[in-house]
Amino acid sequence: MAYTKRLDGRKFDEIRPIEAKAGVIPNADGSAYFKAGNTVAYAAVYGPRELFPKHLQNPKKGIIRCYYNMMPFSGSGERIRPGGNRRAQEISMVMTNALNPVVDLSAFPNTVVDIFVELPQTDAGTRCAAICAACIALADAGIPMKDMVSAVAVGQVDGAIVADLIYDEEAYPAIVSDIPVAILHNSKEVTLLQMDGEISKEDLIKAVEMAQKVSEKIYQVQKQALKDKFAREEM
Amino acid sequence: MQLAKQGKRLDGRGLLDYRGPIELNTEISWTAEGSAQVRIGETVVLAGVKMSLEKPYNDTPDEGGITINAELLPLSSPEYEPGPPQIKAIELARVTDRGIRESKAIDVKKLCLRLGEKAWFITIDIITINDAGNLFDAASMAALAALKNAHFPVFDETTGVIDYHKKTTTKIPLQKEPISVTVYKINGSLLVDPSSEEEESYDARLSIATDEKGIISALQKGGVAPLTVEEIARMMEIAVVKAKFLRNILNTELEKKRK
Repeated sequence: MAYTKRLDGRKFDEIRPIEAKAGVIPNADGSAYFKAGNTVAYAAVYGPRELFPKHLQNPKKGIIRCYYNMMPFSGSGERIRPGGNRRAQEISMVMTNALNPVVDLSAFPNTVVDIFVELPQTDAGTRCAAICAACIALADAGIPMKDMVSAVAVGQVDGAIVADLIYDEEAYPAIVSDIPVAILHNSKEVTLLQMDGEISKEDLIKAVEMAQKVSEKIYQVQKQALKDKFAREEM
Repeated sequence: MQLAKQGKRLDGRGLLDYRGPIELNTEISWTAEGSAQVRIGETVVLAGVKMSLEKPYNDTPDEGGITINAELLPLSSPEYEPGPPQIKAIELARVTDRGIRESKAIDVKKLCLRLGEKAWFITIDIITINDAGNLFDAASMAALAALKNAHFPVFDETTGVIDYHKKTTTKIPLQKEPISVTVYKINGSLLVDPSSEEEESYDARLSIATDEKGIISALQKGGVAPLTVEEIARMMEIAVVKAKFLRNILNTELEKKRK
C-alpha cells in the first residue's frame, strides 16, 4: 500500500470539517447551507405546490424533483457555461432517488416539492454535499420525513480505503476509486451508490461500511443545524 | 401607494433609506479568481469572476474583454423557474454590464498579452441567492467588489497552460469604479432600495452608475411611466449621494479584509 499519508493530512476515515445551517434563504419554504472542506452547497425547497404540466401529477401522492447545479465560477478550472448539462441532469436524478425513500407526500396528492441545489465552490464530493444540504432543507420546510439522509464519498486511493475524497485524491496518479454513498440514518440502508475507478468486491464492502460509520458524524451536524434553526425561531 | 405620498413605506423606512444590514463578504468562492457576496436586507447576491485567454476580436486586436452574465436562480424566489434566462435576468446583466464594461471601468488594452493573438477575457457571473428586491444595486456592488478582489491565475507562457489553482498578485486594471443606484418612481414619489412588493407596483425607474468623482457613466430607464426632466435631475442627485454611501461600505469591507 503506497498511500500511507493523505494529501491533506487527514486520517483515512476522517471526513473534512463540515458546517451546516438551516433557514438561510428567506423566500424558500425550507433551505440550508452545507460546507464540507472547500465544497459548498446551498439548497432551497419550494412546495408542496401544484405540479405542472398536469400529466406529471400523481393523484395518490406528491412527488419531489431535484435540480443540481454548479455555479459558473465553482469549478476548479475554466468557467462552466450556465444552462445545465448531462452531468447535472444525471446528478439531479440520482439525488431525487437518494431522497425519495425518506419523504412521505401521501397527504399532498398532485403536488411537487422542488429542491434546488446550487454550489458556489467545489472540491469533489459535490453530489454528497448537495444531498446533505437538500435533506436539511426538506426537514426545515416541514416536509413529512421518515428518516434523514447523509451522504459522503468513500473510495480507495492506491490501496488505502478513505472517506470524503478531495479533488487531488480523485486525481491521484495511481488506482483510485470514488464512491459516493448516501445512507439513511435509522436503517443504515444505501440510497445512492455510484462508482468511478476500480476496486475489489471485498474492498467495496469495506468502503461502504466506512461510509455508514462516518455518515453518523454528518447526521449529527445536520440535526444540530435544524435544532439551531428552531431555537432561533423560538427566541 | 398612498403611503409613498406621505414619504412613508410599508416597512417604516424613509423614501431614501436602504434596508439593513448591508453586508459585503469577499472570497466566498475559492474556485473563482475574485468573488463577493452582498446582502441588502434579505436580498443576497453573489458575484464571481473567471478569466480565460482568448483570441482578441478582429476589430480590436489589442484588447481583451469583459462579459457580465446574470442568473436569477429558481433557488432564490418562487417566481423564477428553471430554463433559459428570462428578460429580467437579461436586463439585470445588461444594466450591470453598462455600468462596468460600457463605462470603460476596465482598461481592456492592458488585458492584451500578444497583439491579435492572446488576451485575457473576464466573465462576471451574478447569481441570486434570495431575491427580496433591488437586485440592481446589489448586483452592481457585488460585481465591483468581485472585480476589485480578483487576482489573475498563473499563466505559463511556454506551455500555454493556465493554472487556476494558483493566483498571482496581479489585479484587474480598473480605471474607475462605478456603482449603480436605481431610483424608483412610485405614485409620484422617488425612492431607493425597493422591496419585492414595491418593485411590483413601480411606475418608472432609472439606474444610474456613477464613479468615485460623481461622474455618470451609465443609465437605464425602466418602467412604463414617463419621467420629467426635473425628476431625472432629482434622481441623479439621489444616485450620487447613495452611490457614495454604498461605496463607503464596499471600501471599508475590502480594507478590513486586507488587514
